[in-house]
Amino acid sequence: MSAALIIVLVVLVILTLVQVMRISEISSEIQKGKDNEVSSKDNDTQGRLMLLVGFGFIISVVVMYIAWGRHSLPEPSSAHGAEIDNLWNLSMLIINIVFFIVQPILFYFAYKYRGKKGTTATYYEHNNRLELFWTMVPALALAVLIIWGLNVWSTLMMPENEEEPILVELYAQQFNWTVRYSGGDNILGYATVHEIAGANIVGVDTQDPASADDIITKELHLPTGKPIQFAFRSQDVIHSAYFPHFRAQMNCVPGSITNFQFTPTITTAEIRQNKDVKAHVEEVNEIRKAKGEDVWDFNYVLLCNKICGSAHYNMQMDIVVETQDEFNAWLKEQKTVAETL
Amino acid sequence: MSTTTTEKNNHIQDYLMEHHHEENFFTKYIFTTDHKMIGKQFLITGMFMGIIGVMMSMLFRLEIAYPEQSFPILEFFLGKWAPDGVMDPNMYLALVTIHGTIMVFFVLTAGLSGTFSNLLIPLQIGARDMASGFMNALSYWFFFLSSVIMVVSLFVESGPASAGWTVYPPLSALPQAMPGSGAGMTLWLISMTLFIVGSLLGSLNYIVTVLNMRTKGMSMTRLPLTIWAFFVTAVLGVLSFPVLLSAALLLMFDRMLGTSFYLSDIFMGGEVLSYSGGSPVLYQHLFWFLGHPEVYIILLPALGISSEVIATNSRKPIFGYRAMVGSILAIAFLSFIVWGHHMFVTGMNPFLGSVFTFTTLLIAIPSAVKAFNYITTLWKGNIQFTPAMLFSIALVSTFVTGGLTGVILGDSALDINVHDTYFVVAHFHIVMGLSAIYGMFAGVYHWFPKMYGRMMNKSMGYAHFWLTFITAYGVFFPMHFLGMAGLPRRYYSNTAFPMFDNLADINVLITYFAIIGGAAQLIFIFNFFYSIWRGPKAKQNPWRGNSLEWTTPVEHIHGNWPGDVPVVYRWAYDYSKPGAEEDFVPQNVPLAEGEESGH
Repeated sequence: MSAALIIVLVVLVILTLVQVMRISEISSEIQKGKDNEVSSKDNDTQGRLMLLVGFGFIISVVVMYIAWGRHSLPEPSSAHGAEIDNLWNLSMLIINIVFFIVQPILFYFAYKYRGKKGTTATYYEHNNRLELFWTMVPALALAVLIIWGLNVWSTLMMPENEEEPILVELYAQQFNWTVRYSGGDNILGYATVHEIAGANIVGVDTQDPASADDIITKELHLPTGKPIQFAFRSQDVIHSAYFPHFRAQMNCVPGSITNFQFTPTITTAEIRQNKDVKAHVEEVNEIRKAKGEDVWDFNYVLLCNKICGSAHYNMQMDIVVETQDEFNAWLKEQKTVAETL
Repeated sequence: MSTTTTEKNNHIQDYLMEHHHEENFFTKYIFTTDHKMIGKQFLITGMFMGIIGVMMSMLFRLEIAYPEQSFPILEFFLGKWAPDGVMDPNMYLALVTIHGTIMVFFVLTAGLSGTFSNLLIPLQIGARDMASGFMNALSYWFFFLSSVIMVVSLFVESGPASAGWTVYPPLSALPQAMPGSGAGMTLWLISMTLFIVGSLLGSLNYIVTVLNMRTKGMSMTRLPLTIWAFFVTAVLGVLSFPVLLSAALLLMFDRMLGTSFYLSDIFMGGEVLSYSGGSPVLYQHLFWFLGHPEVYIILLPALGISSEVIATNSRKPIFGYRAMVGSILAIAFLSFIVWGHHMFVTGMNPFLGSVFTFTTLLIAIPSAVKAFNYITTLWKGNIQFTPAMLFSIALVSTFVTGGLTGVILGDSALDINVHDTYFVVAHFHIVMGLSAIYGMFAGVYHWFPKMYGRMMNKSMGYAHFWLTFITAYGVFFPMHFLGMAGLPRRYYSNTAFPMFDNLADINVLITYFAIIGGAAQLIFIFNFFYSIWRGPKAKQNPWRGNSLEWTTPVEHIHGNWPGDVPVVYRWAYDYSKPGAEEDFVPQNVPLAEGEESGH
């Protein structure tokens, strides 16, 4: 049925278009006009449309910033996050300045210099000083962004720690995450896919003495104020551990271990009091209520951000950030590898 | 170029004239070696693939806006992959993958560069044909075969390739990782291998033709910017596509012969696989070594076309010709040393990340020069708003909008948090997708009279342009905000994360724009085919252009010019030159007495 409808629809559309073409041909014949030559009238109409639609676009960008800017992620919940956000804000400022200067000029010129009968264009083939100017200005702006950017990048990727970071392994498989804490010795026991069997889902080598106090959980708890050194592993395909609220992301690559380090600064309980987060939760819950879905409360979440298969869109884990005491208490309740395997 | 080349060219024409024999349907339209016909073959095949690619995007946009809901149309198109009209997650990934593959390679590489390089290189440099007509035909037929195989791959039992258009292993290497990594992936790799062969044959031909077959007087600095763009594009292709070929071959070995180039320590389906010692990141390096130049393989021809169209229709010389050539060369050079910016979060050495950030952000400089030069070309022009001109101006707009967000994504520290989110989708669709497709539309509208001897309907061109321009920004601009909210790309459904619930409305809006924009392309397709048969006859030089293609007769002939090939006395941009009678002076017009030629 739907197939027939679609075919009928397509035929109707084509017939309409043929008729429109006929009409336009006949009318152009009546006017003795050369329908396909661009007339002064066309230039005028199209030039005005350029101005209208072009500025419409620019204004709608402003509207989008106002309407949707608030959807952006809340303040960063990690120590380095502020550095990324500051650099982000500067970059956004620069590109927005360029956008709001260049786009209006483009559409205005298109309008202003729309073809008119009797006018001639100005023969103007180059101007070295002008070209040097607009080579140097972007070069200078970029120099600032590059230098600042590389600074931030190196502090993120090669952090200097005052205290020893807590070592945590994040283990990815289709389509879930597992956490392994390094325990009292802060050393992760050796692990390999060859050891995976039964409850030993991450393949810990139980012969390695360092593995005895490792703790394997399905929940990621993190204390505030302490640097966390993550080691990422994957057992099957590439996944990507994406912590948007912490401005952190790293791929999990089978066959190797990747690393990323950050220091959580805001507990889950605290971020729920943040006014942006509160507004977000309220908005979401209104939508959920209208659809008859459960009430949602904000949680930090870990997402998979590298296409990994059919359930890629639902490979997630909640992250609980808490005070050091709460974290210690929680960790104590968990069973070590020596106890479980 | 040299006199001897021109003489040789003329001898070829004598030969062609003497030995001309009646052509039948097959030698004229199918197994032709005439560059003009081959260009049209590329265009029609590219358009056909484009229709498939765009329709796929309509289907997955429907899914993103109304996740897991039932639509009879989905069952109609997808059959068992949409039981009861609800799209299967694997099919969603397949659609995203094939949409990307088709648009990037089949439409915007072969369809754009293949069409216009073939059509314009001999016509604009004053050559009888390509250096090797046979290789040229071969290039098309490899492309055709690869298109057929790609389309066939959509119908295999286990579904088409689904690992994203970049087909990263291990996901793409192991059939047990996802259904799409079965026979569909094998066909994808075979198709791409043939595609690369075709692309290389074409590119070599373009390079040789531009270097050796320019007519007398056509020095490199008198070449229209289209030719510069096609030439540099071909060089990029020849240097980078072989690397993708090797990446694809190694992936085939891993899939079929049990090698471990990209695979190591994998546990899947309850057992440890025998692969050991490889690295999936190696594939990414090989892929992006092509992948990034590929962006410019797509973009440069569009920029070349828009340079030509903007100059012609502003009735002004292109501003800063030498700077334009210089920036094409600078962009091309830099494009080879920036590929790592696709891999900032793969765990690569942070120092390497710094290097790639530095080189990536440098590209903004020649890009800015190009944008400013386009705008200055409009300044004090006498703009003729043909549909081609409208699309070219739109290209400048999208090139600026999309290029600016590149400054963010190219910065490794900022990329961390928006990598693989909708911010990236917005960025590359605007800067590369839209700019290139606008360039392609501009090219079709502008050179349609050269291709088919008839004019496309102007009013339909206007309608097509405005609908496309508005809806395309409507689709892609809001995606920036999705990305800034942390929404990852390639999610079948966003409902698993309540934090994204408030973005659902934006996704519905985007889908509306996408469907209207997609439907607007029907106007173009209709106009295109209608005008081939029914359009008004074209004049020899309908846009009053300077370059040599407008000195050839409207009816296509072998060898392009009935008499001798024209001799060139000036550059292609003597528009509105003071002292000239008309507002254009074709390249084959000798300098008037006392006239100075800057080029």
